Amino acid sequence: MEKLLNWIDARFPLTALWESQWGKYVAPKNFNFWYYFGSLAALVLVMQIVTGIFLTMNYKPDAAKAFDSVEYIMRDVPWGWFIRYLHSTGASLFFVVVYLHMFRGLMYGSYRKPRELTWIFGCLIYLVLMGEAFFGYLLPWGQMSYWGAQVIVNLFSTVPIIGEDLGVWIRGDYTISDVTLNRFFAYHVIAMPLVLLGLVAAHLMALHETGSNNPDGVEIKKQPHDPATGLPLDGIYSHPYYSVKDIVGVVVFLAIFSVIVFFVPDMGGYFLEANNFLPADPLKTPEHIAPVWYFTPYYAMLRAVPSFLNSQFWGVIVMGVAVVIFFFLPWLDRGPVKSIRYRGPLYKAWLAAFVVSFLILGYLGVVPVTVWGQFPENWWLLGAADRATVVARVLTTVYFLFFLLMPWYTAIDKTKPVPERVTG
Amino acid sequence: MADGNVNTGKRRFLIGATSVVGGVGAVAAGTPFVLSLFPSERARAAGAPVEQDIAKMEPGQQITLEWRGRVVWVINRTPAMLATLPKLTARLADPNSDVPQQPPYCRNEHRSIKPEYLIAVGICTHLGCSPTYRPDVGPADLGPEWLGGFFCPCHQSKFDLAARVYRGVPAPTNLVIPPHRFLTSTRIQVGVGEDGKSA
Repeated sequence: MEKLLNWIDARFPLTALWESQWGKYVAPKNFNFWYYFGSLAALVLVMQIVTGIFLTMNYKPDAAKAFDSVEYIMRDVPWGWFIRYLHSTGASLFFVVVYLHMFRGLMYGSYRKPRELTWIFGCLIYLVLMGEAFFGYLLPWGQMSYWGAQVIVNLFSTVPIIGEDLGVWIRGDYTISDVTLNRFFAYHVIAMPLVLLGLVAAHLMALHETGSNNPDGVEIKKQPHDPATGLPLDGIYSHPYYSVKDIVGVVVFLAIFSVIVFFVPDMGGYFLEANNFLPADPLKTPEHIAPVWYFTPYYAMLRAVPSFLNSQFWGVIVMGVAVVIFFFLPWLDRGPVKSIRYRGPLYKAWLAAFVVSFLILGYLGVVPVTVWGQFPENWWLLGAADRATVVARVLTTVYFLFFLLMPWYTAIDKTKPVPERVTG
Repeated sequence: MADGNVNTGKRRFLIGATSVVGGVGAVAAGTPFVLSLFPSERARAAGAPVEQDIAKMEPGQQITLEWRGRVVWVINRTPAMLATLPKLTARLADPNSDVPQQPPYCRNEHRSIKPEYLIAVGICTHLGCSPTYRPDVGPADLGPEWLGGFFCPCHQSKFDLAARVYRGVPAPTNLVIPPHRFLTSTRIQVGVGEDGKSA
C-alpha cells in the first residue's frame, strides 16, 4: 500500500494535497456549534449533484413533457419520489446551512483581513447558488415555476433602454416558453454547477492558505509554537479531531433531513409551493405569487420600493445591491476586534437589528402586502398605505444601514481586549 | 541566446500584439454563442400577428387572445362603461397617456381606435401578472369607489376600463396597447398597426 502511495506521489501530489487541504491542516481548537455549517454545505452540495444526476435520467426539459416527467419520477420510477424529495429538500436546506454559515462569518468577523478572498469567494458562491436555485425552480414547469420565472426575468426588462431586448435574450422568446425551459435546464445541470465547484475549490484553498478564524478571533498563526508538537499553542490537526466532530454534525443533520424528506417534504408549502402542483399555464396568473422562502427577504425589498420616474428599476437596483453589498464587508468593518465576544454594544445591537430585519423581510416576502391591512385614511403621510409595505420599507432601511453605517459604529464601539489564547 | 542580446522592447510588443489579436479572436468566437440565445426563427414565426372576428361580442364582454404568448384582451365596452372614464382622471397616474404605452393612434381617453373596443395586453406593468377584469361597480373587496376596471391579484395594482393605472399602486404605467388594426369593421388583427407597422 505504501509503495503504491509513493508511486502516486512521485507522479501526482496526492499526499501533499490531502495534508495541505485537510489531513495536516492546523485549525484552532475552539471551534463551536457554528463551525458545523461549512462541512454541511459541502455535504449538501455533493447530495444535490448526486440526486440531480439521477433526476436528469428521467426528467424531460420540454414544455409539453416537463411537468408530466416530474410526476412520472414521483409515481412510476422506483424510489423516484425519494430522489426528488432529497433534491428539493436539499435545495432549501442548502440555503439554511449557507445562511447559518454566513451568519457565523458575521458574528466572528471571519471576513476580516487576511480572509477577504475567502469571504469574496463565499459571496460568489452565494450568488451562483441563487442562480442555480432560480434556474432549477423553473424545471418542474408548475404554475409557480412559470410565474416566478416570469416575475424575475421581467426584473431585467426594467433596465432602461436595453431592458426589453435583454428580457428577450434571457428567455430566447417573447415570453417564458419551451426555449426558456430548455436553456434553464442547461444552466441548472451544467453551467452553474461547474462554476459552483470551481468557486468552492477556490473558497477552500483560500481558507486553507490563511487558516481558519475562530470564535475568539485569535490568530493562532501568530502564537508561539508548542515545542512538543510543533503546532501553534491553540492549533490542532483537522484530522482526526474535526473529521470526527463534523461527522457528529453530519449525523444530526441527516436525521433532521430525513424527518423532512419522509414526513413533511413540502414543508407546509415553503419548500414546495402548493401552486407548483398545477402545470404551468401562461394565460392564468396565480392569485398570489411568492418566490421560495430563501429569496423572500430580497423579494420583500423589491416590492417595498415604489416606482419612480415611471420605472420600477429602482426596486431591482435595491434588491441587487442588497446582495452585492456583502462583498464589501471586509472594508466596511473598521473595528479593532473580529469576534462578537469582544465587540461593544453598538455592533451587537446592529447585528441583532440586521438579523431581525432579514427574518421579518423574509416573512413579508411570503405573504401578500395586504397581510396587516392598511393605516387609517386620515394618518399623516401614511394614510391608507399598506402596513406591511411601510414595515418592509423601514426594515430595508435597517438592512442597508447595518452595512453603510458600519465604518462609523465599529470604529467608535467600546471593545474588550482580545486574549492571547483562545478561551475554549 | 545570451541574456544581453534579448530585445525586451520587441518582446513586449510581440506579447502585447499577440494578446490583442488573441483577445479579438476570443470575442469574435464568443459572439455566435451570445447571439444564439436570441429567439430562433421558429420563435419569431410564433410571434406573428393574430386575427380575431369580434362581430359576435356581447356588450361588456371580454375575450382573450394569445399574441406572442401574451394575453391580449378585447373588451366591448358599453356606453355606461365609457362614461366612467372621465370621472376617474384625478385618481389616475397618467390619465392622458403621456407615457408611450400605446401606439399614437390610441393616445386618447378611451385608448382605442373605436371607442367601444379596448384591445390591451393583459399583463400588469408591475411584474407581469395578468390582472382580472372587474367590471362590477362597488364590489365588497374593492370598495364603493370602484367603477369597474382591472385588478391585479399579485400586488393589488388597479387599472380603469381604459387600462389606465391608478395612482399609488405598484404598477408604474398604463397597460400596453398592442399595435392593432381593423381589417374589416368586425375583424381585428393584433401585431400590425393602423400605420402598417408591426411590433
